[in-house]
Amino acid sequence: MSDCKSPRNFVSEHIDILPKSGIRKFFDIVSTMKDVISLSVGEPDFVTPWTIRESALFSLEKGRTSYTSNLGTLSLRKAVCDYLAQDYGVEYDPKSECLITVGVSEALDLVIRAITAPGDEIIFHEPCYVSYVPEIRMAHGVPVSVNTYEKNAFALDPDDLEKAITPKTKAILLNFPCNPTGAVLTYEQTRRIAEIACKYDLLVIADDIYSELTYGERTPCIATFPGMRERTVLLHGFSKAFAMTGFRIGYACGPRKVIDAMMKIHQYTMLCASVTAQDAAEEALKNGRPVMASMRQEYLERRNVIVKGFNEIGLPCLNPNGAFYVFPNITSTGMSSQDFAVELLKRKSVAVVPGDAFGECGSGYIRCSYATSMEGIREALKRIGDFVKEIKAEQK
Amino acid sequence: MLNPEFKKNLLRLLAENARRPLEDMADRLETTPEKVADAITELEEANEIVGYCALIDESVLPEAAVKAIIEIKIRPEREGGFDRIARRLSKFPQVTSLYLMSGGFDLMAEVRGATLNDVAMFVSSKLATIDGVLSTATHFLLKKYKEAGKLYEEEETNERLQVTP
Repeated sequence: MSDCKSPRNFVSEHIDILPKSGIRKFFDIVSTMKDVISLSVGEPDFVTPWTIRESALFSLEKGRTSYTSNLGTLSLRKAVCDYLAQDYGVEYDPKSECLITVGVSEALDLVIRAITAPGDEIIFHEPCYVSYVPEIRMAHGVPVSVNTYEKNAFALDPDDLEKAITPKTKAILLNFPCNPTGAVLTYEQTRRIAEIACKYDLLVIADDIYSELTYGERTPCIATFPGMRERTVLLHGFSKAFAMTGFRIGYACGPRKVIDAMMKIHQYTMLCASVTAQDAAEEALKNGRPVMASMRQEYLERRNVIVKGFNEIGLPCLNPNGAFYVFPNITSTGMSSQDFAVELLKRKSVAVVPGDAFGECGSGYIRCSYATSMEGIREALKRIGDFVKEIKAEQK
Repeated sequence: MLNPEFKKNLLRLLAENARRPLEDMADRLETTPEKVADAITELEEANEIVGYCALIDESVLPEAAVKAIIEIKIRPEREGGFDRIARRLSKFPQVTSLYLMSGGFDLMAEVRGATLNDVAMFVSSKLATIDGVLSTATHFLLKKYKEAGKLYEEEETNERLQVTP
């Protein structure tokens, strides 16, 4: 055995240097504690509506347990395309322009791998969902971030976007309503971003996972702007609006050529999404909308409560028009986001996510999810209020 | 006049839980507790809020432990239709709900009493004997699973991860 070398580092360098999610680090601390009120959860606290769960059971009862077409069942794709036509005003061919995926996460991975050649730049806005940078890096692309600011209500400023464009830019990744800020784009901002995409011949990847959770009027889908349908890949799913996170089901719609490329990767890596989840998703689109509307109303009321609460505590908080997150500013405490979150957890057993887990420009903020019960929100606000008072007293 | 959207949301909140604090409703609907209180008074005066009650486990209330649904067929009357007999039936305290129905019978009454015998006696001696009542069919309730949107056995809750992206 003397020939046996000690094992070298088998992990490829570009994965080895990839940092772990900042959220994950925080999760490891939280999981050791008891009786924590968590405002760090990025999923609905509602259980999936019964009509959807019941359809999943029925699907199993019928013995639907086999593979489906790589693209997904045609009936679900038809339901998705009907839904997008009706609610988003953009028409796709269910046979060639729609791909059912294992959550939006897979759809995002597919589109980025499908379009990225080594060195291609993909622009995204920060603070943003934790997987964008790693996804782009894993595809050997170059992530280019554009900061968004509280003074602009965390919307992407089209001028800032345009400045970030280089000859290597391939695509713009948009996520509005935004995780972690809850920000939405106005009609005018969306129109200008669409113009920029056309002017520089860029693809827009629209991660619309939170779009049903918009309070007030919803900004039109970017694919509906002139020249955009052929350069937009719409990513959407069932996790947030229909409280179906555990089903892992989403979809991508876009120009045939891109969907076809994504389908190739999907075919070789995933084969197809779970048939049970696909059948449940179809029911969600057909009969789940009234329950979705009532969940949205509940989120809206919780948002009203949490925004008022943070402002009363003295942590300035915008009133975001989407998703189920608020992103209060904690700079008045003089603490870093990380310190604030860790101390709050230690002293008051309330878990929030430090804003810089979502990008450097998120420092000075914390992300609080209001996808938790109203009692939980009220108790958390009370504890955060006490915590801020303590901190300020100690600093005097 | 209340804003229709506000009125709808306020009534929904009260229908879900009439014991919510005024502050809770005010925060949810972005208004003040005083405005919510005024709106409730207005809705009560307009009889759009008819009353408030708790959903209880009746077994703790011996005088109402037995509940039955009674299907009643009646002879509608010239001019009065079903209303005169329905009003008459609804005045009995044992009748806790009364509805005019479409379908195979006319009125559906919910009747409560202390024992099976009490309910049966009430139906046979009071309801069935009213002039104009043609027939009755009594269904005793055995177990209550859900009432007014509330489940009597809570669903098991699953633990969510404390932190997710």
